[in-house]
Amino acid sequence: MSVKIPIYMDYQSTTPVDPRVLEAMLPYFTEVFGHPASRNHSFGWDAEQAVDVAREQVAKLIGATAKEVIFTSGGTEAINLAIRGVAEMYGEKGRHMVVAVTDSRPVHDVVKRLVREHQYEVTEVPVDKEGRVSADAVKAALRPDTILISVMMANNEIGTVQDMVAIGKVAKEAGVLLFSDATEAVGKVPVDVQEMGIDLLAVTAHKMYGPKGVGALYVRRRNPRVRLSAQIDGGGHERGMRSGTLNVPGVVGMGKAAELCMQEMPEESARMGVLRDHLENGILAGLDEVQVNGSREHRLPHNLNISFAYVEGESMLMGLKEIALASGSACTTATLEPSYVIRALGVSEELAHSSLRFSIGRFTTEEEVEYVIGRVVETIQRLREMSPLYEMAKEGVDLSQVQWSAH
Amino acid sequence: MAYSDQVLDHYNNPRNMGSFGKDEEGVGTGIVGAPECGDVMKLQVKINEDGIIEDARFKTFGCGSAIASSSLATEWLKGRTVDEAMAIKNTDIVEELNLPPVKIHCSVLAEDAIKAAVGDYVKKSGKESASGGSGAA
Repeated sequence: MSVKIPIYMDYQSTTPVDPRVLEAMLPYFTEVFGHPASRNHSFGWDAEQAVDVAREQVAKLIGATAKEVIFTSGGTEAINLAIRGVAEMYGEKGRHMVVAVTDSRPVHDVVKRLVREHQYEVTEVPVDKEGRVSADAVKAALRPDTILISVMMANNEIGTVQDMVAIGKVAKEAGVLLFSDATEAVGKVPVDVQEMGIDLLAVTAHKMYGPKGVGALYVRRRNPRVRLSAQIDGGGHERGMRSGTLNVPGVVGMGKAAELCMQEMPEESARMGVLRDHLENGILAGLDEVQVNGSREHRLPHNLNISFAYVEGESMLMGLKEIALASGSACTTATLEPSYVIRALGVSEELAHSSLRFSIGRFTTEEEVEYVIGRVVETIQRLREMSPLYEMAKEGVDLSQVQWSAH
Repeated sequence: MAYSDQVLDHYNNPRNMGSFGKDEEGVGTGIVGAPECGDVMKLQVKINEDGIIEDARFKTFGCGSAIASSSLATEWLKGRTVDEAMAIKNTDIVEELNLPPVKIHCSVLAEDAIKAAVGDYVKKSGKESASGGSGAA
């Protein structure tokens, strides 16, 4: 058994471009280079046609129609356009938003700015210990002046998938727009904006084996017809919601990536699930005092987030340097704040500092998983031998009762 | 982030990792930091009758720089007197390990750990002589 080093297990950060996607993109750099908004010649028509195909491919993956897909520069721009666009368009109706506490950083940052600079108010909906948002909690947070609900479909750190159908029902009943950051979910789990009652949905290409620098925002056209205030002015492209010459090769790549996900998702997700479970079981079998964060039932098939008690995240990453992983600890920042998502589950700060995220993907092999299990077990054991906390816990000291000298 | 060769060396080959019995003759123990802050250091010194640190041990929960700072501290402590140990400054550790600004707190913690361990010995040895050396610490 031989594995190629380094091993990539950070697919939730970004994915490589699938070779089939790259192949589809290449002609659009050189041969078919026209401006899709050029209506007067075949160069423009060819580019426009390619964009139309991609729009259809992306729409299909999320249960939308092509006209409802607005291409952007990525997920973050789609999130900004959705939330700011709604705020500016519907600000007269009300200035209150409901946001799930585990929503992504861009969502929280956009909303925070609206609160700071435009007198908006926000209610954060808590999650349970698995990271799930209850539809009842969303309902309870609504006010007469609520204009938007934002719930991330699947979390990037812990992989918890929300019950969007139930949350969508609450939004519909209240007549409030529902936005979902689905950048982690699309292409991994079935998404249907109709069934889920979603009005705005952000997608990115680079988390589903497409290129970086391209994403999309789904904007509902019927029941209700959602209007947005554009955030980038210019030539009025993308139904006036997002001006700027489209990144045609990127858009074509995103379309192809969506098509592949559509075709291969059932098989691929099942394979991911088997590999992930193998990784999880292997680590749990080799170590005591580990805790899986998130939901065992409602989760992305390629995510595994584990806290290893008594060892710190950064030292784990250092010991596993040939494996690309993400840590829930942010010890390098001035604040020393551990992940807010893991903290929102009610996990102690100490365990949040001790968490690692493994995310596997299309090109992960069984051999890689085997190798990683062995290295993780060995590294955690070594660091625990070095850990005064592990020693104290083994001696029967209740660490929560110790008077620590906070610094 | 990129680690210095010195930090990597201490992380991969920690010096004097382990523990002495807390109640062993001549042992001083210092535990500093807090789990919720992401680092806890335990430093122990074994001091002989001449007041010289003849051995030291550490255990650390924390990032690589915290592990390296405490590992280095144990190396430096050996052979020093109590006063010399108390004179070790965190800036010496920063310099030796080439720590970046975001990791300076690790060296501060190591200095605190040295002071706590040596201080514990001083306190205990004082107590012992006052109470007639019963050894009940």
